[in-house]
Order: sequence, then C-alpha cells, then structure tokens
Amino acid sequence: MPDENLKKTPLNAAHRALGGKMVDFGGWDMPVQYTAGVIEEHMRCRTACGLFDVSHMGEIWVEGAGAIDFVNRLTTNDVTKLVDGQAHYSALTNENGGVVDDLLVYRFNAKKLLLVVNAGTTDKDWDWITTNAERGMQNAESTAEEIPNSEFRIPQLRNASSDFCQIAIQGPNAVGILQKLTETELAPIKYYHFTTGKVDGVESIISRTGYTGEDGFEVYAAPEHAEQLWNKMLETGSYGEAGGILPCGLAARNTLRLESAMSLYGHELGDDITPLEANLGWITKLGKDADFMGRDKLVEQKEAGLTRKLVGFEMTEPGIARDGFDVYIDGEKCGGVTSGSPAPFLKKNIGLAFVPADFANTGQEIKIDVRGKHLNAQIVPTPFYKRQK
Amino acid sequence: MNIPENLRYSKDHEWIAVDGDTATIGITDYAQHSLGDVVYIDLPRAGDKFSTHEAFGSVESVKAVSEIFTPVAGEIVEVNDSINDTPEAVNAEPYTDGWMVKVKMDNPLEADKMLSSVEYEEYLSSQ
Repeated sequence: MPDENLKKTPLNAAHRALGGKMVDFGGWDMPVQYTAGVIEEHMRCRTACGLFDVSHMGEIWVEGAGAIDFVNRLTTNDVTKLVDGQAHYSALTNENGGVVDDLLVYRFNAKKLLLVVNAGTTDKDWDWITTNAERGMQNAESTAEEIPNSEFRIPQLRNASSDFCQIAIQGPNAVGILQKLTETELAPIKYYHFTTGKVDGVESIISRTGYTGEDGFEVYAAPEHAEQLWNKMLETGSYGEAGGILPCGLAARNTLRLESAMSLYGHELGDDITPLEANLGWITKLGKDADFMGRDKLVEQKEAGLTRKLVGFEMTEPGIARDGFDVYIDGEKCGGVTSGSPAPFLKKNIGLAFVPADFANTGQEIKIDVRGKHLNAQIVPTPFYKRQK
Repeated sequence: MNIPENLRYSKDHEWIAVDGDTATIGITDYAQHSLGDVVYIDLPRAGDKFSTHEAFGSVESVKAVSEIFTPVAGEIVEVNDSINDTPEAVNAEPYTDGWMVKVKMDNPLEADKMLSSVEYEEYLSSQ
C-alpha cells in the first residue's frame, strides 16, 4: 500500500497494477521501474516507444498584460522570441546567477504563458516567483508615479500543478501511436512547439517535447482523465506484444536523459551552479532586452572566464562512476561526478562531471574514485547519444 | 521469491552451496530483485583470502551498487570469470549460472551456523 505521507499522481493505482516498483522520489510515490526492468524499458524507448508518467511536474500559469515581460525578467532565455504555440527550455536564476530551477516556458499567446517546473522544486519556484512579483509590484507602483504611462504590469500567477496530469510518449513509434488517438495533425507540430486538441476525446495540450533524446510528445490534461489516456496509449501501442510500447519508470527516465546529456536539477544544476558552467549558454541570453535576475553576475563570469565546466566522460576500464564520486586529474582531486550510470543503449559506463575549465577538453584523461579505486575515464563530446533523424 | 531448500543463507542475502570443505557463493533471488538489472560484478582473484563477513566484491545494477560479503572465511579457489559477459545471469539464474566464487572454507562448521531456507524466508518476511 502507498505510504500515506507521500504525494501521488493520478496514475498511482495504474503503476501498481502494472507491477511498478514504487519508491519515494522527492516526496512522491513513483515507479522506479516496472516488471520489464530498466534496461528493457530504456531500449524499448530508443527502438519503439516508452510511456512515462510525469504528472508530478509543476505547472504555473502566468496571465495578463505583463506576462512576457515578467517571465523575461525571471528567466535566462529570451521570452520575446517565442511565438504563439512555441515553447523553450530556460532557467530561473537567482541574484548570483545560480539556477533556482530549469523549466519549460510555453507561449499560448502574448498574455498567457505556462511554466512547467520540476516536481521537487515546485514549492520553492512558486515562492521565488511570487516573492519577485510582489517586489516588482512595489517597483511598478513607484514607477507609475514617476512615469504615468508606464506599461509595466504584474501578471496573474496561478500554481496549477494539481490541475494537470502529464504523460510523455517517447520513441520512434510515439508519433504514430498518438496520431491514432487524435484528429489533430501531429506531423506539422515542430520540435518544441505545441497545440491544444483532443486526445481520445480529452481536451489536452499536445507538446512535441521530451526528456529522452527521442521524438515524441508530452500530453497535459485534467487529472481525472489520466488513467483513460494512459491505458489508451498502452493499448494503442500494443503493450504486452513483442516490440510494443512499455511503461518506463524513473530509472529509465534517468538513463535516457543521461545518454542525451540533459541536465537534472539537483545534479548538474543547483542554486550555486550557473547555467554557463552547466553548458547552458545556449539558453542564457545575456544580451536580451530584459535585465533578468543574476544577469550582471553571469556577464561578469563570462568575461572573467569560467573556472569549472560540466563535461561528459566515459569509463575506459571496467567500473561504474556514480553521482558524487570524486574526479582526479594528475593525482589531484579537482571535481565531482554529478550523474554517473551504465548507459543501456550505448553499452558503456558514462557520466557528467564538473572539472576545472583548463582540463575540460575532449580526450582529457581523468580518474574517478570508485570506492577507493582510481579508475580511468576520458572526457568525450556530449550528447553521448544522438538519435538518427 | 525463490529460496532453494538445499542452500544456506546469510542476512546479507548471500547463499552458499556446500560440497565438502568448498562453498559456492552467490546472491539470493531477493537480492537480485532488489538490485534490478545487474550490469557489472567486481570479483576477487583465486588465491585471495577473506575472513568471515568481509566484503569480497560488489554487484552493480543500473541504479545501485551492493557489496557482497563472504559468509564463511576461506580462500577463493575459483571465480566465475564468464559472469561479466552475461551479468543478466545474476538476475535470471541467481542460484546456478549466477554463482560468483568458490571458497575453500577455513572452518566448514561455519556453514552450519548460517540460515536454513526456512529461517531465511522467515527473516525476509520479518523485514
């Protein structure tokens, strides 16, 4: 039986019925794997289709006249570049340029944005965003006095995390399976674009995004329809048949994102890690027309040069690097593994680690302290895995 | 949970099969199930000596690593060298193909102090 103190997604019973091995994941009762096991789930997602319950993610609506300006001041990516029906990956930063959370920003229209944030940080993000909204409100009031025509507006904020279930359908067969359940034409929806439409008759947000490195969609709907959508997707994907869809747990979600070198908050990202250090310069628009939180610090850091950088590595002798293991170069401890694991598709032992920027070069030999043994590894380009298009 | 009657068990979830003064050691069905998909086994060399309850190696799954302990003191006389070619054998056949090492026991009476299949099953259900 589920632990009473843990939060549950609307698919909790469905996971148990499928033989999900349930674990406490940041206060959520979630399946770490199902009966097929992490390797089979991972491989099926790469070669056919995997289904993930990501209903624990947080959703925050930002609505009103100042929506774009407000989010542009809190996040690193340039929100003014989004068009209706487009989303982007971004980071909420603090005053020091550290990452409060990584998130997706969806633009429905100029006055309606949806922020999708991590489960474990939803409350922290909500506090951060609303506190800054209040600060902005005070500024806006004083500004309004001085400049009567000021257009700065604080948008309406709503924590809508419990209004949604979210199901990710990922892998080469994902689009075909989902297309059978909707009249919305999926092919024209480009990567990181979305639309609203009915999936199996249920009003949904259909977003061509994911966290696996595969093509696919993330479908958001009202939680009371979660089981219907989940079961329908399994059935349509021929669950139980050879090469059919498989439900995938958190373990496969982690190995899939790691092969694709996507960051995980609390590992590659944190309050004391800047997006520049974490290889997220591509979502850090220092020159955009909004003085976002921590921008000065990030500009300073960029000008001074980074002291540490996130790199990918591959073990070159038997042994597995794990999160938190120390990295040695030339006999000196100089960094740490943020995520390390066997990579089921690549059949290698891989990881991400922070190392001094001077050593952050492809081919650099490093050593990983694996329970007292210093094992050889080498810095390699990321992503480790890139799907063939 | 599969718990063969003819084996002896430790509370660390190792099993041993006794043949004279030689014990074959592996991990139990419960242990492999808890670990999930096994991908790598770090084993000692023949000739290495271990005392009772000493870590002699480790089993790694995709998610986790677990040390393996010698339930009985002795010298490693044989290692299942082929196991890293098919680490999934530890999941599929933990009591046969998934064996790990053979130990020449210093004191064969130590094996008698280990749990019987019935006692191990009781131990598991009390956990």
